[in-house]
Amino acid sequence: MKFSELWLREWVNPALDSDGLEMQLSLAGLEVDECQPAAGEFSGVVVGEIIKAEPHPNADKLQVCTVSDGEQEHQVVCGAPNARTGLKTAFARIGAVLPGDFKIKKAKLRQVESQGMLSSEKELGLSDNHEGIMELPEDATLGQDLRFYLNLNDMLFDVDLTPNRSDCLSIAGMAREVGVLNRTRVNPPIFKRVPADIDDSIEITLQAPQACPKYLGRVIKGVNIQAATPIWMKEKLRRSGIRSLDPVVDVTNYVMLELGQPLHAFDLARLDGGIQVRMATKDEKLTLLDGAELALSEDTLVIADEKKALALAGIMGGEDSGCTPETQDILLEVAFFDPLALAGKARDYGLHTDASHRFERGVDFQLQERAMERATELLLEITGGQPGPVVEAVEENHLPQRPDVTLRKKRLEQLLAVRLADSEVEDILSRLGLEVTDQGEAWLVKVPSYRFDISLEVDLIEEVARVYGYDQLPVKAPKASLLLQSQPESHISLRQLRSTLVARGYQEAVTYSFIDPKWSRVFDPEVTPLALANPISTELSVMRTSLLPGLTKALSHNQKRQQSRVRLFESGLRFLPTDQGLVQEPLLAGLISGSRLPESWHSQGESVDFYDIKGDLEALLALNAAPGSWQFRPAQHPALHPGQTAEVLRQQQDGQWLAVGWVGALHPQVAKQLDLRNQAYVFEVRLESLQAGEIPRFKSLSRFPEMRRDLAVIVDQHQAVGELLQEAENQGGEWLQKVTLFDVYQGKGVAEGKKSLALGLTWQHPSRTLTDEEINAQVDQIVTAFSQSFAAELRS
Amino acid sequence: MDTPSSQSQTPTALDDATLEARVKQALDQLAQANDSQALDQLRVQYLGKKGELTSLLKSLGQLPAEERPKAGEKINQAKQKVQEAINQRKELLEQEALNAQLAAEAVDVTLPGRSQPSGGIHPVTRTLARIEDFFGTLGFTVAEGPEVEDDYHNFEALNIPAHHPARAMHDTFYFDAHTLLRTHTSPVQVRTMEDQQPPIRIICPGRVYRCDSDMTHSPMFHQVEGLLVDENISFADLKGILQQFLRAFFEQDLRVRFRPSYFPFTEPSIEVDVDRGDGRWLEVLGCGMVHPRVFEMSGIDPEKYTGFAFGMGVERLAMLRYGVDDLRLFFDNDVKFLDQLS
Repeated sequence: MKFSELWLREWVNPALDSDGLEMQLSLAGLEVDECQPAAGEFSGVVVGEIIKAEPHPNADKLQVCTVSDGEQEHQVVCGAPNARTGLKTAFARIGAVLPGDFKIKKAKLRQVESQGMLSSEKELGLSDNHEGIMELPEDATLGQDLRFYLNLNDMLFDVDLTPNRSDCLSIAGMAREVGVLNRTRVNPPIFKRVPADIDDSIEITLQAPQACPKYLGRVIKGVNIQAATPIWMKEKLRRSGIRSLDPVVDVTNYVMLELGQPLHAFDLARLDGGIQVRMATKDEKLTLLDGAELALSEDTLVIADEKKALALAGIMGGEDSGCTPETQDILLEVAFFDPLALAGKARDYGLHTDASHRFERGVDFQLQERAMERATELLLEITGGQPGPVVEAVEENHLPQRPDVTLRKKRLEQLLAVRLADSEVEDILSRLGLEVTDQGEAWLVKVPSYRFDISLEVDLIEEVARVYGYDQLPVKAPKASLLLQSQPESHISLRQLRSTLVARGYQEAVTYSFIDPKWSRVFDPEVTPLALANPISTELSVMRTSLLPGLTKALSHNQKRQQSRVRLFESGLRFLPTDQGLVQEPLLAGLISGSRLPESWHSQGESVDFYDIKGDLEALLALNAAPGSWQFRPAQHPALHPGQTAEVLRQQQDGQWLAVGWVGALHPQVAKQLDLRNQAYVFEVRLESLQAGEIPRFKSLSRFPEMRRDLAVIVDQHQAVGELLQEAENQGGEWLQKVTLFDVYQGKGVAEGKKSLALGLTWQHPSRTLTDEEINAQVDQIVTAFSQSFAAELRS
Repeated sequence: MDTPSSQSQTPTALDDATLEARVKQALDQLAQANDSQALDQLRVQYLGKKGELTSLLKSLGQLPAEERPKAGEKINQAKQKVQEAINQRKELLEQEALNAQLAAEAVDVTLPGRSQPSGGIHPVTRTLARIEDFFGTLGFTVAEGPEVEDDYHNFEALNIPAHHPARAMHDTFYFDAHTLLRTHTSPVQVRTMEDQQPPIRIICPGRVYRCDSDMTHSPMFHQVEGLLVDENISFADLKGILQQFLRAFFEQDLRVRFRPSYFPFTEPSIEVDVDRGDGRWLEVLGCGMVHPRVFEMSGIDPEKYTGFAFGMGVERLAMLRYGVDDLRLFFDNDVKFLDQLS
């Protein structure tokens, strides 16, 4: 709601300056978004008249004007297309200062002297209009200071009203509120009834009384639509952000701003018979004032005549029934439309108008008569004409109900933690226009027709608190019973996981949950991702099924900015459509690329490889104190390198292995598509599996010596070593403590196609020293198993 | 091992002058000894079994019996003097050797260390962790919920029926008529209240989505929603807890302003501004007393219980706290940005 402070002060004039008023409105819940001067800072600009306008001798687009300021004539060169003889306009004399500290001096424009400047609205900081110089009314007093003439020492308030306060969508409503807050009298303009001069009227039928229970119509004949809207009205409209069009439209807009009641004017000559307020028929056609052609749906309320839909009720008029420069007779419409019936309708048609904004939120259903009289009065003043009688169609039982609301004194005290004096509460409510009856323990409150937001006790409590002042209400520290929160020790928190990655040099990333379907296909070609119906762009249009596309994109972003060493991780949901419905599951994913360590005097700048990221992942797995419950299996993933990818498996309670993630190198083709310079390695694991840990359990420490045997075996170069290590553990007997792999070798001394592995095996018995024979037996068992399962040979 | 010189001299008269001369000779030679081997040789030469001083003791027999104790004592004193000199010299040589070794081992301590430098958590996580910790000390636990939500939990159950004008304040991403991306974390409070009777003390951090993107709006951002429901919770408690929180968060005794506002799921509804010193008020969060209709829809008796809810934008708090001036930086994942704020 944008309005001029001076206009408001015509209604109510509290002893507060603009800043004070701004603060007061904001603290009463009517948040002032902006409060700025109605015009730029300027001086020395007066009303001038162009007496003569002649072509400039040296320039096609310029004119040489003779301008009078009532005392003297001045020669002024002007380039505005609307500069013409007889026009009264804003004249900046020599010595004037325009906004931006622009001083007007004597100047020569293409060899012709110019003594001053004719100004546009934009040049004076009045609006963005720069189509030409200002056009002032013919009766403007020559030589009068423009600031004085237009009353420009004014502030423009822009109040961001919340949807519950439709009662403030007018000067009248704002004035009422300011009156309440300052205990100041409100002086509305004197209300006049305009008697009918003629008998002409039109029949009104309410065919959808729930949606439109009240409709007033009045015929006014002989309207001079060519008449000029007075400058005071134009200025008020302008200061509320509305452009002046013709006097009929201007008056309907003016009354809407003044009282909060939207109105509409039809060209009487273009109507066929009486007015019907009805629901649209399916696909009924209607062309709006803005030229848009609509096919209506059946839940849309329209204003129609006997033949056709004329207007979208409460939203916008139609082109075929609107006023034109030829209009002579009009039908003025003032109606009440039910907020629920209009809710969302404008939006459905991609519209939002000043009228729909008000009707959706609630227009005072007792305001129509007054608005009709006010509009008639103003119209007759400007355009002349003969008014007919006001025809009113009303279905009382469909008008909104305002049941009385009970406010319990005890509840008020409990919720606000303060006991307010009864008289104070009654004063606040009655100033707001509510009728209050004290019933002892409670008040019974009657709610006025303009308040759509008061139907519950808590609505009244809010009003009391708001007017009393939130800042005046007490402050306490809440009291509650102490309750210890359970914290399962076996649960590995996301914080621990994050810290581990951070300690290993990872930065945490946050990427969008919606991604480009192109990238979704690259990483997860089998899955059709969940798609947004109204995405912001194609690049952000499907829900991710993996965090890897986002991290990869972040890598690309960084590489393009000369950051080649990147280590990122992210935690967040993936959105996986399944037969059982959408699975929203948290994942933890990481990506590394570039050198293992930052460039330094002690590192050779070696690039990371598969075993770096695997090591990082293993560090996460190590947090949950359940060794042996994880496995890495060679696997294939559409976006990962076929020879450098493992599926990560976690053993479940029942002994089954469950695939919970991936680790591997990005597929070279994917890297190429993304134009990545360095190889990248990634992991992605279901968070839940990383978080399920175990509580450590003590086993007594053996005092007896450890026995170690080293074993060197030759196997096929493609043999997965993990399988051998697992087999060693399986075959090593119950006292085997540790299996380490301390060398993997291919080359001289090892046959082509083979590799040599060196294993360290450590045994220890809890209560005695193991004998060589026992150890040798275990070693033999392992060697035999290796030979049988993997065709491994002992290296001689 | 005896030296040739010791062999050549046979012990003779035990006059003091001879003894002193031998001691002086020993000390002079010790001062020249530069390693432990030379020292050892000298020890043998003078103090060994056949050493020059030791052998003097053997010649005591040549003296009259009454002179023997005194002469013996002198010889022993001389031996002791030489032994002490050897010890001192040995210590000195060891010290010098250690010093030389230490000097050789010196490194340039100003060279950078060798390690994987730490990364860092995202500023949003960092901010969230602080918020969770503050409310954790007051007994609030963290609750989470789905990001793809249904219309009921995101709107209806929060007293925002279809076509309510408040829906226009939420630019919602839809999948179909009933499924959407949550526009706030408030649905988590609904889900909690559906499952649990008061007392309830939760905070709900997470991603939220609005169909809006420019300098100051991101289609995805983070919110923390808080909810406290119990008997006798008042507007004063809400003011108290949020004032404490904001002062703790910014570590400043800043002025906090409570301004009436409107959210369909709370009443009275409040927007909270802080004055960061320059006199300008900055809106930092929204809150209010839980609307009785919200309680009713979630199966909580609004007569018995009252409560408050609050919600804040995490990026906004992080921007104010760390001086970040462009919201989009939070989602670019530029490592230079992340590194600065880690």
